[in-house]
Amino acid sequence: MALTLEIIDHIAALSRLALTDEEKARFVVQLSAVLEYFRKLQELDTAGVPPTSGVLPGLIQLRPDEPRPGITLEELSRTASEMESGQFKVPPVLP
Amino acid sequence: MKPFLPSVSELSVSLAKGQLSSRELTKTCLQRIESVDPYLHAFLYFDPDQALQQADRADAVLAAARKNGQPAPRLTGISLAVKDVISVAGMPLTCGSRILEGFVPPFDATAVNRLKGAGMVILGKTNTDEFAMGSSTENSAYGPTRNPWNTARVPGGSSGGSAAAVASGMAPLALGSDTGGSVRQPAAFCGVTGLKPTYGAVSRYGLVAFGSSLDCLGALGRSADDVALVFQAIAGPDPLDATCRGEAFGKFLPNASPLQRSHEGLRGLRIGIPDEYFIAGIQPEVEAAVKQAIATLQGLGAEARPIRMPHSEYALPVYYLIAPAEASANLARYDGLRYGPRLPADELLETFLRTRGELFGAEVKRRIMLGAYALSAGYYDAFYGQAQKARTLIRGDFDSAFEQVDLIAAPVAPTTAFAIGGHGDDPLAMYLEDIFTLPANLAGVPGLSFPVGFDREGLPIGMQLMGPHWREDLLLQSAHAYQAATDWHLKWPGLAEKPV
Repeated sequence: MALTLEIIDHIAALSRLALTDEEKARFVVQLSAVLEYFRKLQELDTAGVPPTSGVLPGLIQLRPDEPRPGITLEELSRTASEMESGQFKVPPVLP
Repeated sequence: MKPFLPSVSELSVSLAKGQLSSRELTKTCLQRIESVDPYLHAFLYFDPDQALQQADRADAVLAAARKNGQPAPRLTGISLAVKDVISVAGMPLTCGSRILEGFVPPFDATAVNRLKGAGMVILGKTNTDEFAMGSSTENSAYGPTRNPWNTARVPGGSSGGSAAAVASGMAPLALGSDTGGSVRQPAAFCGVTGLKPTYGAVSRYGLVAFGSSLDCLGALGRSADDVALVFQAIAGPDPLDATCRGEAFGKFLPNASPLQRSHEGLRGLRIGIPDEYFIAGIQPEVEAAVKQAIATLQGLGAEARPIRMPHSEYALPVYYLIAPAEASANLARYDGLRYGPRLPADELLETFLRTRGELFGAEVKRRIMLGAYALSAGYYDAFYGQAQKARTLIRGDFDSAFEQVDLIAAPVAPTTAFAIGGHGDDPLAMYLEDIFTLPANLAGVPGLSFPVGFDREGLPIGMQLMGPHWREDLLLQSAHAYQAATDWHLKWPGLAEKPV
């Protein structure tokens, strides 16, 4: 299951990661080795086996949808990368 | 070595009687941190002033309890270290990553909130592999933690800081998280006791998400008895985590001394020994110590019988497809826009690419990419879809096993603590460290790791017990019975008191 530089470029773009050429070269080798090991999974016959997406023993419990005190704007603003006039300041989204 | 700290039960009695103050205990821990952490690097952050303020409040609660004859909660005044993937209001939360450098959350994780409510004193935040992705704590952006038993060895991971802090007496108790073994394996490498609860038994609110169908918040301490006190305090439903339940265990641990029943011994307890966990390549001393521990449990009345868990060998590929797939989605939120550092660029897309590309470490990037690949068009069915089906078969192994036995006993890891840098830049070799701990996460069952011996180099060996959903009581009581009959958990590393 050998990856190519093109596939690495594609999944780096999907993952929103800028990689250096050195990183790409390393990840081609490392991720190819990992995927090669994972080939053993293909030998397993899973015909008719349902997938597991969660293991919760029992049902999800939802809380009543009621307003309650939360984190204040003042507290939240201290965690922000950039704030202005009580709002998150972000780079322009539209060119 | 002389014991550095007594057990939590003993500390609790001394605090309740006023023979020891929380301020004195907290100062002892802080002094220990100052003297040994410079060469263990278990802590990323500690706050003496805040800890001593909390200690003074605990002392006031203890004094009031003595005055009015109503006992305070048993954890009142006991100090705690918290893995730095768990939110404590007002303390930096880095997840061992540069992408969260400088982030100070304004809220407590539910587990932290409950332990504060029980009067615990929070010393600080412990080192972790970046976003809990690793088995050695070497993947921390802030440098590795060292094993207190041998500072050239890793403490395990990803809760390596918490395990090293407890093993070296910097904290009597610590919180960790276990997505694929991250509480149990460092507990084994450092010679302490670590519990990974049933999936959903402890709220994940305030635990930074890694693999949401696998993540469990757990506890590390010096004994099953100590760990049980924390588990009892943090477990139970939480309106802030819809997956958190746990109506069952409460009826097993109803008393102030949760494990007092275990003096009745283990008569009638059936323990399954899966062949698949005693594979070629396992360090012979690990196998011997685990088998000896099983014999000790038999001596206490338990019955051991061989079982088969035929899909165990698929746990590693299943886990390393599902966990990265979930991580690739969970870590999409780190974009530098709302919190954490932002690396500016001309265009918005460039901002994302640069911030993420430069501030995530190599292992996090590998896993995000592995997950994105497993989920991407053309590969989904062969990888992610096949892994989800195989996960059903692994769960089935546990269901079948628990029709025949009450508990499963196995090694925690194939070896004792390996050398720092020992796996070089070989991610697959690191993933193979997790082969015995991954299945419990895939099945959502609880697991408990505790020390059962040492190898010839003096490094601790751990054994794990795994049980059915909600049977933490069986795990804790069995380990408690073992610890009442043995003294491995009472050994202390011979640490020098100054940097070497």
